[in-house]
Amino acid sequence: MASLALKTVPSTFARGIAARSFASSAARFQAVPTQKPVLAKEFKIYRWNPDEPAKKPTLQTYKIDLNQCGPMILDALIKIKNEVDPTLTFRRSCREGICGSCAMNINGQNTLACLCRIDRDASKDTKIYPLPHMYIVKDLVPDLTLFYKQYKSIEPYLKNDNPPEGREYYQSIEDRKKLDGMYECILCACCSTSCPSYWWNQDEYLGPATLMAAYRWMADSRDSYTSQRKEKLQNEMSLYRCHTIFNCSRTCPKGLNPAQAIAKIKLELAAE
Amino acid sequence: MMSTRAVGLRSAFRQAALGSNSSRSQALRTTLVKRSVQTQSLPPSAAENILNQQRLKRPSSPHFTIYQPQLTWVASIANRVTGVGLSVLLYGYALAYLAAPETFASANVIELIHGLPEVVKYTGKTILAAPFAFHSLNGLRHLAWDSGRFLSLKGAYSTGYAVLGATAITTIGLVLW
Repeated sequence: MASLALKTVPSTFARGIAARSFASSAARFQAVPTQKPVLAKEFKIYRWNPDEPAKKPTLQTYKIDLNQCGPMILDALIKIKNEVDPTLTFRRSCREGICGSCAMNINGQNTLACLCRIDRDASKDTKIYPLPHMYIVKDLVPDLTLFYKQYKSIEPYLKNDNPPEGREYYQSIEDRKKLDGMYECILCACCSTSCPSYWWNQDEYLGPATLMAAYRWMADSRDSYTSQRKEKLQNEMSLYRCHTIFNCSRTCPKGLNPAQAIAKIKLELAAE
Repeated sequence: MMSTRAVGLRSAFRQAALGSNSSRSQALRTTLVKRSVQTQSLPPSAAENILNQQRLKRPSSPHFTIYQPQLTWVASIANRVTGVGLSVLLYGYALAYLAAPETFASANVIELIHGLPEVVKYTGKTILAAPFAFHSLNGLRHLAWDSGRFLSLKGAYSTGYAVLGATAITTIGLVLW
């Protein structure tokens, strides 16, 4: 059995090599792609290098042929990193809008680079900045430490001292429906960093993403800590720095409505 | 870790010294040059210090200067600015009246404005009426939000445009009044 395997492996290997060399030598096998005209578009991207901290952040211009590039901003960024400038730094992972890594400010709006189409009008440039009013680790990578700490501070998990015995938590269809539009949040930080209140008070104000997560657990019929959760927000800064600006709902790449969730918290706190 | 690397180097040295094959020793020499870069290992506790040093130097990314002007936040800023302006006017006039009741008496103010040219009168009225109208109407918008109405993005935009339209009409009405 073993000797048979040893015999067959080299023969297929040789065949593979032969086939490949044949293919690469014959020009007619290499289909020439239909040449599209060059559609060069300028991308102006925020750059800052932590190895040269004294140098001020600058906008660097890259020209990309849109006909040799994928449709999304993330495709352009990856193309630039692969082919033009490997030092360009940004976060990315899933490329389909579910991980929230590639959140950045594109043409003045916070969104996910993987869900944002490139404007094919080559006469206009596209400006890419990191998420606004955040400390920058490098280029398009902001420091999200505080953002995650704030999320942790609202205890984003089910808290119930009397779990049902011997069965699952039951929830009516209506109660489950209350969580729709909130549980889908991917914590990309687009909303929080679009909020002027969060820009000026992010040390104390929790910001839309965290507050919507807080309401997601308040609204959950299975959670028994609603009053304690409300109590935590009963101060001037944590919740009430929200002035119903609606930048958060306007910018959310998942189409969620943090402003509404925060308004509902305010209503519930006022009704107490 | 360090010691095994040192052993690896030494054996490489020995082979390089003994080996007669020139191309092989060439390759070894280049690896030796590469390997000779000194790395300094730090205890894990030092990482925090390095991170904090970096954090001190990090710039803050640009915000309102690069953010797209949208009805949402521009209206909010306008609400704040008009509110501050109207308050300054109200408290300023009240304090001035306290300080010099004779000068700022209603009759005197009316007389002063009566003598101004028409253009200045209408401009002044617009400058007073527009912020007043906008701030009052936008206050109603906020009242609606706080009572749980128009809390969708569409609601925010339609009420926003409604307030702008109503502000224009009210301003014209107040100026011509």
